[in-house]
Amino acid sequence: MSGSMEFLLWTKGPMFDIAMVIFAIGLLARLAEIFLLGRARNYAEPRAGEWPAGLRTMLTRTVADRGTFERAPFNVVVGWIWHLGFLAALLLFVPHIELAKGLFGISWPALPNPVVDFLTAITLLSLVATLVHRLNHPVKRRISTIEDYLVWTVVFMVVLTGYLAYHRMVNPYPLALGMHILSAEILLILLPFTKLTHILTAFIARWYNGAAFGRKGVQS
Amino acid sequence: MAARKTPEKTLGESLRDHGLSRRGFLKFCAATTSMMALPPSLAPAIAAALETAKRPSVIWLSFQECTGCTESLTRSHAPTLEDLILDFISLDYHHTLQAAAGEAAEEARLQAMEANKGEYLVIVDGSIPGPDANPGFSTVAGHSNYQTLMETVEHAAAVIAVGTCAAFGGIPQAKPNPTGAMSVMDLVKDKPVVNVSGCPPIPMVITGVLAHYLVFGRLPELDSYGRPLAFYGQSIHDRCYRRPFYDRGLFAESFDDEGAKLGWCLYRLGCKGPSTYNACATMKWNDGTSWPIESGHPCLGCSEPSFWDAGGFYEPLSVPLTLRPETLLQAGAVGAVVGGGLAALARKKVKDAAGTRQPVTVEELEQKL
Repeated sequence: MSGSMEFLLWTKGPMFDIAMVIFAIGLLARLAEIFLLGRARNYAEPRAGEWPAGLRTMLTRTVADRGTFERAPFNVVVGWIWHLGFLAALLLFVPHIELAKGLFGISWPALPNPVVDFLTAITLLSLVATLVHRLNHPVKRRISTIEDYLVWTVVFMVVLTGYLAYHRMVNPYPLALGMHILSAEILLILLPFTKLTHILTAFIARWYNGAAFGRKGVQS
Repeated sequence: MAARKTPEKTLGESLRDHGLSRRGFLKFCAATTSMMALPPSLAPAIAAALETAKRPSVIWLSFQECTGCTESLTRSHAPTLEDLILDFISLDYHHTLQAAAGEAAEEARLQAMEANKGEYLVIVDGSIPGPDANPGFSTVAGHSNYQTLMETVEHAAAVIAVGTCAAFGGIPQAKPNPTGAMSVMDLVKDKPVVNVSGCPPIPMVITGVLAHYLVFGRLPELDSYGRPLAFYGQSIHDRCYRRPFYDRGLFAESFDDEGAKLGWCLYRLGCKGPSTYNACATMKWNDGTSWPIESGHPCLGCSEPSFWDAGGFYEPLSVPLTLRPETLLQAGAVGAVVGGGLAALARKKVKDAAGTRQPVTVEELEQKL
């Protein structure tokens, strides 16, 4: 009968440890592999510096150029909305900041809860829209793999369970909170081994592209 | 000694005998109506029902407990209507309150059970060493708590588990649970069990459940933990007068900073209000004087299962229970080594391939086609 509290304590205790350890091992293994593989040495004389161009491209590739926007406005707009909403809910919600403070001793200012609540609702709607779009767009549907749907489900579950727990739509409350924490743990476990790794590698790749072009003295 | 029967006097008669005015009685009925979340129009009906209600026989069993629940009920702000209503149930057995001792006390329990078979209420406070535990951890009159409980509830109408120890195991059940403590609902499966949790529970909640039983002849509506919804239907957090500060992100960071003095939210000081369901925020304590959060202390979550093991009282609710940053660093180091190994393997593969590469000419390729 009091099983839901035991479930919550399990997600906050041993399961959280397991998830974070797998996450840390997986992510560091992926990153170390990427960096240590190295690239073939380029003997050509560089025409310009790598770093300024690399850093600039990290930024410019983040903002879609006009052509991309005109070709796929839905991807750009809805993609931006849910990414920002997700990041705001993840990083600017008081309990999440307390988690970081408890673990690492660092904290930062939070957004008021009604604002986070609103952004979470928008994020949920946007995520549903992305799924509908993926299923209806002939090309997207054809190139979608099981991994794409798995990643969508995991991300959606994290946001949905958080929303349900905040609004106490599942009873008893420890079950609602435990489901949210467990969803986040599943996301952490899958992150290093799926396309979710782009949370870090997207910026590494953008830097690498920009740096390569910069070295050749061309714009990227 | 004659068998103890349920006294014939009605509640209304008893109250008048005790000098309670009609006005005082109606005030009690109105308060009971509102705290049970019933419409005000029901107050006269409740008064009428209480007036004519017969006093039920109640057997109060105390097991692994600290008597805090009894203290809460009897001493909180005596003399009160809460005390009085205890007079108006027929409390036939209660270690702390009864005058009888030794065999006479146990005899009173057995007689009450016999005389009111199928009709008496059993109130339990304290947890019980389970059937597999050493019975010697807690005995009364030479019987293990488990024996006494199962024997007493066999012909009871219902069981009310008062306090978190009886409802969920409480402190005796906290890790490592040396006595194998279990809650009433872990052991009693074939009788209705009402959990009135709290360490201790609010006195008005105990009397409210009894009043509900007297008025309606049945137990109140319960939540998924078997607690009366009227009192445990909302979280402390949702009814907290400091909630606006939480929503605006204004927190006390220590017990003596400016935020604490201004009465800001205590979430960062470990308040368990968001995960705790109880009526403290609305009914308060000591005759409505105050309650823990109003006095500047975070809620401990005492009315929830496993509250003793659910993380530090002064750790915010969202802080994980066991993970340490060192564990993460070690895992990261292991990951880096694994990644390095994978990279080395890949490089070796490329190198080996380069070493054993067989040059192919265009002519040879064309021949193969």
